[in-house]
Amino acid sequence: MRAQAQPGGRAASAPILGHEIEPTIFEMSVAGRSAYQLRTTNVPATPLAQLVPSAHLNDDVIALAEVSERDLVAHFTRLSHRQFSVDLGAYPLGSCTMKYNPKFCDAIAADPGLNSVHPGAPAELIQGWLELLVTLEEKLCLITGMSAATLQPAAGAAGELTGLLLMRAFHTANGDARTRVLIPDSAHGTNPASVTLGGYEVTTIPSNDRGLVDLEALKAALGPDVAGIMLTNPNTVGLFEEDITEIASAVHEAGGLLYYDGANLNAILGAVRPGDMGFDIVHMNLHKTFATPHGGGGPGAGPVAVSSRLADFLPGPKATRNEQGSFEWRTPARSIGRVHGWHGNAMVLARALAYIDVHGGDGLTRVAQYAVLNANWLKERLRATLPAAYDRVCMHECVLTATNLKSKYGIRGLDVAKALLEEGFHSPTVYFPLIVDEALMFEPTETESLQTLEALAQAIERIAERAVTDPESLHHAPQSTPVSRVDEARAARHLISTEDAAAR
Amino acid sequence: MADYLPHTKEDLDEMLEFLGMDSLEQLFAHIPAAVRLTQGLDLEPGMSEPDVAEVFARYTSANGAQASHLTCFAGAGAYDHEVPAVVKMLSSRSEFVTAYTPYQPEVAQGVLQAIFEYQTLVSRLSGLPIANASLYDAATALVEALNMASGATGREKMVISAGVHPHWREVVRTFAQGTGHEIVEVPLKDGVTDWASVDASGAAAIVAAYPNYLGVMEDMSAAKQLSLDNDALLVLGADPVAAGVLKTAGQWGADVFVGEGQPFGTPLAFGGPYLGLFACTIEQIRRLPGRIVGETVDSNDRRAFVTTLRAREQDIRREKATSNVCTNQTLMAVTAAIQLGWLGTYGLREVATRCAQGAHFLFDEALKIEGVTAVSSQPFFREFALRLPKNASEVLRQMAGDGVLGGLALSALAGDGDRSIEGSLENVVLVTVTERRTREQIDRYVDVLRRAVR
Repeated sequence: MRAQAQPGGRAASAPILGHEIEPTIFEMSVAGRSAYQLRTTNVPATPLAQLVPSAHLNDDVIALAEVSERDLVAHFTRLSHRQFSVDLGAYPLGSCTMKYNPKFCDAIAADPGLNSVHPGAPAELIQGWLELLVTLEEKLCLITGMSAATLQPAAGAAGELTGLLLMRAFHTANGDARTRVLIPDSAHGTNPASVTLGGYEVTTIPSNDRGLVDLEALKAALGPDVAGIMLTNPNTVGLFEEDITEIASAVHEAGGLLYYDGANLNAILGAVRPGDMGFDIVHMNLHKTFATPHGGGGPGAGPVAVSSRLADFLPGPKATRNEQGSFEWRTPARSIGRVHGWHGNAMVLARALAYIDVHGGDGLTRVAQYAVLNANWLKERLRATLPAAYDRVCMHECVLTATNLKSKYGIRGLDVAKALLEEGFHSPTVYFPLIVDEALMFEPTETESLQTLEALAQAIERIAERAVTDPESLHHAPQSTPVSRVDEARAARHLISTEDAAAR
Repeated sequence: MADYLPHTKEDLDEMLEFLGMDSLEQLFAHIPAAVRLTQGLDLEPGMSEPDVAEVFARYTSANGAQASHLTCFAGAGAYDHEVPAVVKMLSSRSEFVTAYTPYQPEVAQGVLQAIFEYQTLVSRLSGLPIANASLYDAATALVEALNMASGATGREKMVISAGVHPHWREVVRTFAQGTGHEIVEVPLKDGVTDWASVDASGAAAIVAAYPNYLGVMEDMSAAKQLSLDNDALLVLGADPVAAGVLKTAGQWGADVFVGEGQPFGTPLAFGGPYLGLFACTIEQIRRLPGRIVGETVDSNDRRAFVTTLRAREQDIRREKATSNVCTNQTLMAVTAAIQLGWLGTYGLREVATRCAQGAHFLFDEALKIEGVTAVSSQPFFREFALRLPKNASEVLRQMAGDGVLGGLALSALAGDGDRSIEGSLENVVLVTVTERRTREQIDRYVDVLRRAVR
């Protein structure tokens, strides 16, 4: 029996000392103290007043903090100790794909040969960067089964909106004014928000009792005014849309396009490609599928790949291999234009290419297989404690439900999630997707071991026991964390979003 | 076989047995056979890290524009500022780097408090009370500002100075295809926005840049008056380094401030990830794009931070959300907070001052070269445009051969027909000087330029 909880997968030993608050850097400030040092330049020190007309100079000095380098280091180091991260322990936050981020990829991005390059430098001086971007585009197209891609969008949501503008440009070029985009009720909130910004109206398609798109409802909603459909596959319930080929032909017959939300692409690498399923537009979240670190909320990268009939509309300029075998910027013939100030989150793109190269085709296939294996194992392991919302083989994540704990003991999904923090694990995603009551969405990812998964399962079992023996304690969890449950209502009611608002 | 997967053969066997399966393939058996990949991905097999490093060494060696080869005088929103070891090391702490969005505040106080400090810094530099937790970059932040203005006024017309960075204006035009915003560009005359040349009636926003992308400090009271006359929001895109000494967006009467935060601790990085700065008045808070962190208390009455006013966001409001932004640029925001902590009150002022001193010194020296003239006669801060006697791209190519990235050719940055420059763009170069450039480097720039235009 190898499924034995072993130490090491969780953050319960993390060196968080005490429960005192960390002062803000402004509270630490002492007038006259400083940390900065600038190089000796010997440039004439002409007084600013001679360079800038007085009408433009600020009469006030804008106060920042004044701290020593030692205090600066101590402050941000202590803040880092008040922060959970993948490097600290398992982070099964569903839909967010918090897998291990290889350090090698960070080292690649720290190379001055990449990161000291100005984005506006002439093409002949950035041949390495252009080749890197062309190579990444080619590989992303092979992985997704598409023809061409833009690497500009800075995040998944930016990719979605870019994809919708491509959809609009395609229909407009065909003289086809369409007004609606179909979205399943299980979709991420970014989908409907992006549709609105793309100038379309949302038509919501219900899910059936198997957690999949209701095919009949979908067909009934189709019509000459439908620009397309946005689908996540596997969907946000962690299930593969098995009717995908029928969905694709129905949408295409109605003249619509299929948009693939790549939030869950990590589940199907090497198994099935969006292009082969009939999708026309695909965005990828490189910070999920290709393990670029998420930075506490960003940066991400959201490249968008398309089928050949949409390639001419892609944002430009694009890195392109020319007839002589060197590289240059080219803007596609009917480009929708730039969607980023420069070329996208280039350093994230470089990390993703390094990740793809290390894994190769075989490694990426294993990534998906083991992610799916881990999610299914955890789902089965927790069957008696937290049943799955849909009792079927899942993909890379499983949506479990705490309805039993709620009806019997008054313990909600949120209580389970908070208690898990005390156990040294990050919480799953709670209350999403919206179609599942008391949803707890676990995505273990492929980089967690069987032994860590067993330890996670045992932690959840302990919480379920507490629901019986001491439910009250769960309402107050977590207590061992840097702060206990925070008063979110108070934060919204009385907004204090800066030090200066706090002082007022 | 190179990867980061922990599963041993024995683990796999036991896990499959537990699931009552014989193979990993069975996990995918419910995917319709018609669409399954039968041959696997058409990619090379995996390589070890050292082998991949060799591939990347080929890319890096082909980048002639890296700092060790070229001294950078190019700017346009991407500046070569000092990033000290302490900022690099603190901002690369893996607790910040490998965390997700702070959805569980009990274990995310580190990132949340750092964002709170960042919001305070952006608020002070912009002179506006509300700052968000960051957006992708300045260009996309400007798009969000226009969406805010449209929401606030119920109007679609955006009056934008051609002094706004050409790429930002292009991004605005791209997203207007979806929102239906009408974009009216206002040309520059001698480097200054000719507001009188357009009809601003019915505008949702008046948009200007300060200093504008050619470096010119325009009198923003003209833009403010236009916004008042038309009951529109004033949106200012401002250089956050210059903001260390110049009048703030708030002092000029702006309703919204956007800016490029790259100068605060982020390397040139080939254009990203950068940092979209965004601040606004309290009146616009319900339309604020992206996340915002607020102070509150925990159940034991200790100070704590949490993302707040969540009801605006896409995951709750869905198609009625004010913005679709979810992932932002938090790590760059945290980095900016660290860099500004390092600079402090007087460090930022000194950086801004030295940029201005270096730029003016180079400007004066460059104008002594025969045939080199200023594009604008107006006061500039740390960036300026020169008209050369030859094609700017050609001149820059020759300067690069002498180890100097001499600026950016306007023809590459703005393109034909751009209304920021009167006459041809062909011979115009945009030049900047940061606090990292020495007198010796500037003297060399002038020598190299003199030879190149001869």
